[in-house]
Amino acid sequence: MFLDPQILANGLMLGALYACIAVGFSLVWGVLNVINMMHGSLIILSGYLTFFAWLHLKVNPFLMLLVVSPLLFAFGYALQYGLINRVVSRPVLTTLTLTFGLDMILYNLMNVVFEATPRRITLDLGSLSMGDVVLPNDRLFAMFLALGLTLLLFWVMRTSRAGRAIVAVRMDRDAAALMGIPIRQVYAMTFAIGALMAGACGVLLAITFPVTTNISGLLLGKAFVVCVIGGLGSVPGALVGGLALGLIESYTGTWWGPQTAVLLGFVLMIVLLMTRPTGLLGKAGYE
Amino acid sequence: MSPLLRVEGVSRYFGGVAAVNKVSFELAPGEIVGLIGPNGAGKTTLVNLVTGVLRPSAGRVWFEGADVTAQRPWQASRRGLARTFQIVQPFPQMTVLENVAAGALFGGGAASRPEAEDVAMEFLEFVGLAPLAERSAMSLTLPSRKRLELAKSLAMRPKVLLLDEVNAGLNSAEIGAAIELIRQIAARGVTIMLIEHLMKVVFSLCDRLLVLHHGELIAQGDPRAVASDPAVVKAYLGSKYAAQEQQVGAGPVDAADPVDTPSGGGHD
Amino acid sequence: MKSSISSVRRPRRQGLVWFVPLAIALALVPLFFNNYYAQQATFVCMYAALALSWNVIGGFTGYPSFSTAAFVGLGAYAGAILQNAGMPMMLAWVAATAVTALFAAVLGYAILRMKGHYFAIGSIAIVESMRLLASSWSSLTGGGEGLNLPIFPGGPDHAGRVFFYAMFVVMIVAAMMSLWLDRSRLGFGLRCVQQNEDAADMVGVNVNASKIAAFVLSALFCGTTGAISASWVSYISPPDAFSILMTLKVPVMALLGGAGTVLGPVLGALVFVLVEQTLMSRFLDYSQAMLGVIIVFLIFFLPGGLLGAGLFERLSGRLARLRRASA
Repeated sequence: MFLDPQILANGLMLGALYACIAVGFSLVWGVLNVINMMHGSLIILSGYLTFFAWLHLKVNPFLMLLVVSPLLFAFGYALQYGLINRVVSRPVLTTLTLTFGLDMILYNLMNVVFEATPRRITLDLGSLSMGDVVLPNDRLFAMFLALGLTLLLFWVMRTSRAGRAIVAVRMDRDAAALMGIPIRQVYAMTFAIGALMAGACGVLLAITFPVTTNISGLLLGKAFVVCVIGGLGSVPGALVGGLALGLIESYTGTWWGPQTAVLLGFVLMIVLLMTRPTGLLGKAGYE
Repeated sequence: MSPLLRVEGVSRYFGGVAAVNKVSFELAPGEIVGLIGPNGAGKTTLVNLVTGVLRPSAGRVWFEGADVTAQRPWQASRRGLARTFQIVQPFPQMTVLENVAAGALFGGGAASRPEAEDVAMEFLEFVGLAPLAERSAMSLTLPSRKRLELAKSLAMRPKVLLLDEVNAGLNSAEIGAAIELIRQIAARGVTIMLIEHLMKVVFSLCDRLLVLHHGELIAQGDPRAVASDPAVVKAYLGSKYAAQEQQVGAGPVDAADPVDTPSGGGHD
Repeated sequence: MKSSISSVRRPRRQGLVWFVPLAIALALVPLFFNNYYAQQATFVCMYAALALSWNVIGGFTGYPSFSTAAFVGLGAYAGAILQNAGMPMMLAWVAATAVTALFAAVLGYAILRMKGHYFAIGSIAIVESMRLLASSWSSLTGGGEGLNLPIFPGGPDHAGRVFFYAMFVVMIVAAMMSLWLDRSRLGFGLRCVQQNEDAADMVGVNVNASKIAAFVLSALFCGTTGAISASWVSYISPPDAFSILMTLKVPVMALLGGAGTVLGPVLGALVFVLVEQTLMSRFLDYSQAMLGVIIVFLIFFLPGGLLGAGLFERLSGRLARLRRASA
């Protein structure tokens, strides 16, 4: 049963998507010390944009990656620079409540504009069969793109000037400021990258799953769990956490039903929060 | 006289490194004892072990004949084992009076909040902060914060008071006033252990010195005798300098002065 | 010397000046207005009790708890199950309160060692886990279909009054708890914890026990409220009982009134319910967005809440500046 390749494959595909969902959220949390409650809705927003571009303009959803991600980047930058930066050093309760308030606005507007009915892109790319294992090609592509984008972020964080600045701010904000790093811009950049990753995830989500506002809370929940499992603010942490959660859900879902799988994820998270708040990988960071 | 505080072979390891290694000492009632040692010697760790902030990896701590090794900090302060911090820890948005009243109410066992405030006022007058009683703790200058910290500890009615570098960051006039204050506290019958870098303070106050180096107690006893102990000179100044000192025969008291820089850093 | 002590002791602004008239006015609503207004007044009392409860852990102690709905839901289910098992309604409410308090004690022991964001996330996860548990454990909770309760006899007007006064009593008791806590040793200890947990430990506050006590106090009336509203609505289901929206609304009310003030949360709940009713009933499609706008407004323009420190000072400061500018 443990070795059933179909369950394993499903878990890995789900896990790659989870890693991609969590990595931007984790970055924002780790660097800004802000829990972005909007993360789920940002994913859904870009999912809708992808869907409607496909439906009305016949744009290939994969191409939308190049459109939606920059759009969300700009949105995120503006939001952080104009609004969240003003309260970023206030207590947890304030920043969390603020992003939650913003989420309610976005969520509500999406419900009005797009309606909550699930929308699904049908691409009919066929599927790959290996023995008993069937892998739908759209999901397979999405999985590799999710992994690729996550690794790309890792590479950008390690090599680019902005990436190094973000890591420096994460490690020691005051020292980074003394080194001449403009903190406000770095914060805005970080939030923008978080939003960009949410945008990319939204595109991949639209390709593989029906898009509906109803699941924005669910996606946010996944980001929480993955972050806690893998540890905050680190790309490898998000990868490990995402894959772990994907596999756990795939196996327990098959054995005991999907609801138990989600419950188990939360229970695991609470237990980890109490016993290992730095996550399985500890404080790895982006360095 | 039976000791008030007895520390017996206490060790603490951080990832295999012994920050404090098999340290034993006693405090007799009414003593003023100085704890000295170079930065990183483990002085603050030792205080943390005695007051329950850290649990010893090995060894025992006895207070008034009871084994208190496993105590938590709040239990230590209720027992009469109070301390101040190298980096002061006020309740920033409370008034000065409320800060001290907290000590009187919880650590000092005052019966009610009004009573705790009466006790607090008494100690604020003692340390000279009474005029600032209604100011918020955040607004105080560093010397005043140190006094606040002292008043808070005193309001806990301690039997033993551990003072962790109360003079760090103060100028010489302020230090003179602080010495006078500590002397008055001792006169009230409080046993004091003083972590201190300034030899001037140590010599003018302490009956006895303990010297910690690399987590080990390398000397203890009469201040003058301890200060001229070759092992102590070596610990402070390195073996080469110590050998020179031996030849020249100069007083190590002055030799120890270069390390007197009032360090506010939390290295140990 | 005595005189110098009493001169520095300020009178505490606890807010009884406006709370007592407000409570009396609320108590009169069902006697003079129709059932709709009685219902709104019941909501005010309910949310006031919840916000006062949250204030114990979130305001006094400074722990950003989002567990309110977990306690409300647990109280609702405990009350419903016991009532369906034949327990008299009032007794079921009391029992549900006890169950919730016990749960909070155990939960507090486990999660209060987390701090900041971790505590916030943990407390939200508790709500989600409870909701999932309630939908999976069908034999006890009826699963996703929910549970029906016996309908209160005597017609809707009579029932409306009974449930209003029940909620009213809970609010009054919660307010009394708040007043007591503000003067008590425990309350002082909690404020110390809120300011600096390590320093609180050092001055002799039993930090862990105090935090657990605060968590239990913050859960107590949530349990009662949940049980009462279950009997009132006579139907409960997992998403209503363990509502994420409620778990965030209640802290917002407390913030609106002034977190950490003694009775501010009551004012926050009142203003919130009034705004919700007047604005949101008119723009039904945008009700959530409006709530979001209120939150954003609150954080940028009223960070201390209606009663919080600073508002009056800032307003008068602004007035003074205006006067200077015009002079």
